[in-house]
Amino acid sequence: MSDLWVIILLSGLLTYVTRIGGYLIVARAGKLSPRMEAGLNAVPAAVLTTIVVPSLVDGTWAERLIVLACLVLSLRLPLIGVIAIGAGAAALAHAAGY
Amino acid sequence: MPIDYSAEVRAALRHLLPVAIAVAPFGVLYGAVATGRGLSIMEAVGFSVSANAGASQLAALELIGVGSPILAVVLSVFAINFRHVLYSASAGRHLQRFSPLQKAVAFYFLTDPSFGAVEARARDHVVTRTYFFTYALSLYAVWIGTSLAGAVSGDFIDDPKAFGIDVILPVYFLALLMAFRSRSLFYPVALASAFVSTAVYVIFGPPWHVTLGTLGGVLVAVVAPLRGPAE
Repeated sequence: MSDLWVIILLSGLLTYVTRIGGYLIVARAGKLSPRMEAGLNAVPAAVLTTIVVPSLVDGTWAERLIVLACLVLSLRLPLIGVIAIGAGAAALAHAAGY
Repeated sequence: MPIDYSAEVRAALRHLLPVAIAVAPFGVLYGAVATGRGLSIMEAVGFSVSANAGASQLAALELIGVGSPILAVVLSVFAINFRHVLYSASAGRHLQRFSPLQKAVAFYFLTDPSFGAVEARARDHVVTRTYFFTYALSLYAVWIGTSLAGAVSGDFIDDPKAFGIDVILPVYFLALLMAFRSRSLFYPVALASAFVSTAVYVIFGPPWHVTLGTLGGVLVAVVAPLRGPAE
């Protein structure tokens, strides 16, 4: 087997381990304490925040402003509309050299 | 109450549509980069079938490109995907209708978008198998199909920035984030997470900013005074 296929299959296996691991840990622990429960309820907000961080750190000022403006728009508009506006604005900003 | 299967399918597809539009260009981009880095079309698509995790696949291509050893590549994939441990711990609670085997299969498809969809759906619905697998399998098909399209067409999208594609995923994840703003401690959690994650990212770079930032936000919720039900 080539090195690439070793990487491909091992990556798939390890990724699956991460995807089932948290569930297995919680299932073993049995009933969750209220604090554990509060912690798990915070997972979506916490992780979604971190995924956005690189684009804000690495982006140009135009990109940062567009992303933050979309955050505000998302409180009022449907997601697909916000994405269209964001991508359109970013395309214009990039075309203008920002 | 009986499940309205067609309504579940429609809801899943409706929720998937904006995500699919955002994911498709990344699939094409990934496929094009993969064949550009010397992977065969089979290998490029096989990676999408096996890992089903775009960010880590692109990172692996970077490392393969600079001739990294197998262990380094695989470990970085594991690090980037480590966040899924937290996903499955949380999302597993919403899959009560699934048998153990169905859960084991479902977790294979627990990507960023399908995790977000499960959590969002669970706020006001029971997460049915029909809803979950319609969403997750369709997304899997989009990811594999667009990976193949990109691998075959080579550098089809010369510059994703020209189309503003680079902001689609951050905007998507931010909008998804704001859907959780009614949860207790939302703002303290998000701010703590943003702070830790930014610090780790600026100082050490990727990929641990995801896991450490998440733990920072979760820690705030764990140590905060308890105040009744979470929703």
